[in-house]
Amino acid sequence: MKVELRPEQFKEHSLLGRLLRRLHIDIPLLIGLLLLLTISFMMLYSTGNKETALLIRQAVRMGVAGGLMVVLAHIDPRQFQRYSIPLYGVGVVLLAAVLLVGDVGKGAQRWLDLGVFRFQPSEMIKITTPMMLAWYLSGHDIPPRWYHIVVATAFILLPTLLIVRQPDLGTSLLVASSGVFVLYFAGISWRFLLSSATGFMAFTPIYWHFFMREYQKDRVLTFLNPEADPMGKGYHIIQSKIAIGSGGVNGKGWQENTQSQLDFLPESSTDFIFAVFAEEFGLVGCIGLLILYLGIIARGFYIAVQAQDTYCRLLAGSLVCTFFVYVFVNIGMVIGILPVVGVPLPLISYGGTSMVTLLAGFGILMSIHTHKKILPS
Amino acid sequence: MRRHQLLKDRFLENRIFLSRTVILFVLLLLLTAGLVSRLVYLQVMGHSKYHNMATHNRVKVSSLPPTRGLIYDKHGHILAQNLPSYSLEITPELVTDMDATLARLQQVLTIPDEKIAAFKKQRRRYKHFDSIPLLLQLTETEVAKFAVVRHTFAGVDIHARLIRHYPYAELTAHVVGYVGRINERELKTISSAEYRAVHSIGKTGVERAYEALLRGHSGYAEIETNAQGKPIRELGKIEPVPGADIYLTLDIDLQGVAYEALADYNGAVVALDIATGGVLVQVSKASFDPNLFVSGISYADYKALNTSKNKPLFDRVLRGQYPPGSTLKPFIGLAGLEYNITNMHQTLFCPGYYQLANKSHKYRDWKKWGHGTVNLDDAITQSCDVYFYDMSLALGIDKLSAFLHRFGFGEKTGIDLKGEKSGLLPSREWKRIHRQQAWYPGETLITGIGQGFTQVTPIQLARATATLAKYGEVVTPYLAERIIYADHAAVITRAPVSDIGLKKSNVQDIMTAMVHVVHSAKGTAKRIAKGINYQIAGKTGTAQVYTVKQDEEYDEAEIEFNMRDHALFIAFAPADNPKIAVAVIAEHGSHGSSVAAPIAAQVIKQYLKAEK
Repeated sequence: MKVELRPEQFKEHSLLGRLLRRLHIDIPLLIGLLLLLTISFMMLYSTGNKETALLIRQAVRMGVAGGLMVVLAHIDPRQFQRYSIPLYGVGVVLLAAVLLVGDVGKGAQRWLDLGVFRFQPSEMIKITTPMMLAWYLSGHDIPPRWYHIVVATAFILLPTLLIVRQPDLGTSLLVASSGVFVLYFAGISWRFLLSSATGFMAFTPIYWHFFMREYQKDRVLTFLNPEADPMGKGYHIIQSKIAIGSGGVNGKGWQENTQSQLDFLPESSTDFIFAVFAEEFGLVGCIGLLILYLGIIARGFYIAVQAQDTYCRLLAGSLVCTFFVYVFVNIGMVIGILPVVGVPLPLISYGGTSMVTLLAGFGILMSIHTHKKILPS
Repeated sequence: MRRHQLLKDRFLENRIFLSRTVILFVLLLLLTAGLVSRLVYLQVMGHSKYHNMATHNRVKVSSLPPTRGLIYDKHGHILAQNLPSYSLEITPELVTDMDATLARLQQVLTIPDEKIAAFKKQRRRYKHFDSIPLLLQLTETEVAKFAVVRHTFAGVDIHARLIRHYPYAELTAHVVGYVGRINERELKTISSAEYRAVHSIGKTGVERAYEALLRGHSGYAEIETNAQGKPIRELGKIEPVPGADIYLTLDIDLQGVAYEALADYNGAVVALDIATGGVLVQVSKASFDPNLFVSGISYADYKALNTSKNKPLFDRVLRGQYPPGSTLKPFIGLAGLEYNITNMHQTLFCPGYYQLANKSHKYRDWKKWGHGTVNLDDAITQSCDVYFYDMSLALGIDKLSAFLHRFGFGEKTGIDLKGEKSGLLPSREWKRIHRQQAWYPGETLITGIGQGFTQVTPIQLARATATLAKYGEVVTPYLAERIIYADHAAVITRAPVSDIGLKKSNVQDIMTAMVHVVHSAKGTAKRIAKGINYQIAGKTGTAQVYTVKQDEEYDEAEIEFNMRDHALFIAFAPADNPKIAVAVIAEHGSHGSSVAAPIAAQVIKQYLKAEK
């Protein structure tokens, strides 16, 4: 008795609803994503001095990333499960290749030139790492035994350390957390989570005293307290706080940002775009944006809970949480409560690579949600 | 079986997953609430403050560079200073079309393409609205030329900056070193906060070793500007802390004497103050003008320096490794005395060659017909090789190597400069590891006259000489004596001296022999004894560059200049109360006695004359 599950019963009779279901698209997610992309366009229009070339480039990226999302939504999640190991393996090999032959851009080695286009393997690994872990843990007992945890940790550390070497702190953080989330959802004990966190914290001062050189310590200090370097990273933070604070409760209104237009705020269309948003739309707008993000996350969790097998559940849970990490780390950095690492505001910041990865993740979520079969109970 | 277990655990699994998701979602809500509270703090509580900063006034932060510390010699002569200089600078944010502007600038002033390329490379390092130097050290004419057309170049301006200048140029190029623009590799190891306003970094010599002290600390000013970006007033300022001045032990007049004395020879002269280990003279020749590097050396100049056969960029004092030749004999002689292999009365007949038992190979003496019957004093005075062949064979390589190591051969001297080489002191173990071979007795022989594998740097040779003059109290050479900070002065404390434990009478005997080298009729350096009322203890040396075959004659005239032996000389004076130790290496100078010894003598005479 095979019956298709229809979570969107209320749309059953509309033509659009049927078309979207045929496309394996989840409507609530789609609406949320479209809202974000609209905000992205508005912000880029505002920060980019109304330059249309910038908007067109971003639209092309959205098209490519959206296409990939639809393609992935079409693929049965069991295929992802089947190809988890090779995908992870290829990702790790490419990461190693980047360190050996990669292009240097902005002082770090991240790109692999494939002739036609340049490719960042660290983006791909953001999805294949949780896939690999979900595959590995779903094949064993839930909650996992300690030796499964050890192996899983190795799967996380391998790509993470390769990315740290590039060096790209932001991405390595995202990859590591995506793996840890899988472990968390697989049910590793709270005691284990807490004790490893404690162990990590205990090791930090040892590393600091015995393994770090003076200039490295300097860098970490600037990293943790950017305002100690008012000419460098601190400059971003000071300027972004002025932009955000001057926005007040209601904001200055769309296109009324003064800080980024006068070039006081660097990277206003990429990593620091939230500061411009906060300046233009104020506290009200910020809370609205956060609610939109939380709504997408809630829908993601719903999909994860509804998923039919362990693999899908673990993967979906991890992808949703990683999306939150993006939001939290980016906004936390822009408002000056977290160190400055290069993490964009998801689906709003200008740039193609993170958009492709994020929409690919949502494609997988949609695939998980729209390929369900009723199992014999 | 496994399938069954999975099915069995499905309920447990569902429960775990659901509860974990709920817990996590609550956590995410709390974190989001944290973000919101921070936003409330900035946008509600901080609103009027930030609103004020953003609308009425705009704050710009500009960096204030510290003044780099000066470097003086021991008598207060300036060796490195800062001179004002005009530079052409561009603020990229104020330029609408950079390529067109650069092209037009090239029509007004002569700007080589490589400067344009360097400028474009520099851009990444700078903050928004910083002005970036394009041309440094403009002449008065260039300043005037640009001033006329300045109004047509938005964002381009002339600034006065301080640039480093080395008044003694070639004379101090290696020891004082130079500063240059920060390169990509250095960028990775420096703190960007410290270098925000600083454009150059010590590359070599004292400039590099004491970079952290000389540099000082950048300051910055928060400046209010109006909407057009024009400064209105200063909100806050943190003054830069100037770098410390450094007084060296170097004596620039003496350095000049040594440099001139080397004349056309390439080589090195090192003189140490025996009492302290302070470096009085540190000359490496051929040299170069360090001022070329300060504002970016041109490709042509750099290529010329880099490909010159004289190797002017090579610091021979710290990095030049030469066979010590006979200058090693006093130390080996002392080893013979210390290990009771010989004494001052024991004699040997020198026929001009030496043979190992049952071997036909003849180890030659430099004097073809031999020195006749000699004791240790004669052997040092006349530099008899055969005596040392015989003695070092009796000593054996193990004792020889261990003893020389006590004088610091084969290890870095620990001078307060970077990039020092450690030379090479061969031993049985070294040869086994690096050559995968056993040690042969013949190699002990040639080690005993300072040839073979042994290599020393000029600074090592000077240090060993000073240590000998102090009866085994180890001398560590250093350059920086006093540091003058903005508010106080400090003398650098040195590690306490150690003693290598020598018998005083043995050292006395070797010293006497070294005095005979200069002050006796048969001494190899007797010609430098003229016109002084004190005694110099010294030893000549000749380091082979070219090996003479078994049945060949060494004919100087026939051998090309660059195949000639290096001339060496070590000395200290006055012999009864040593004050200065000198080591000289004149590359391809052929003879220690005629070339190297007079150079050392000039330095010693000048120093002791000035001392009185």
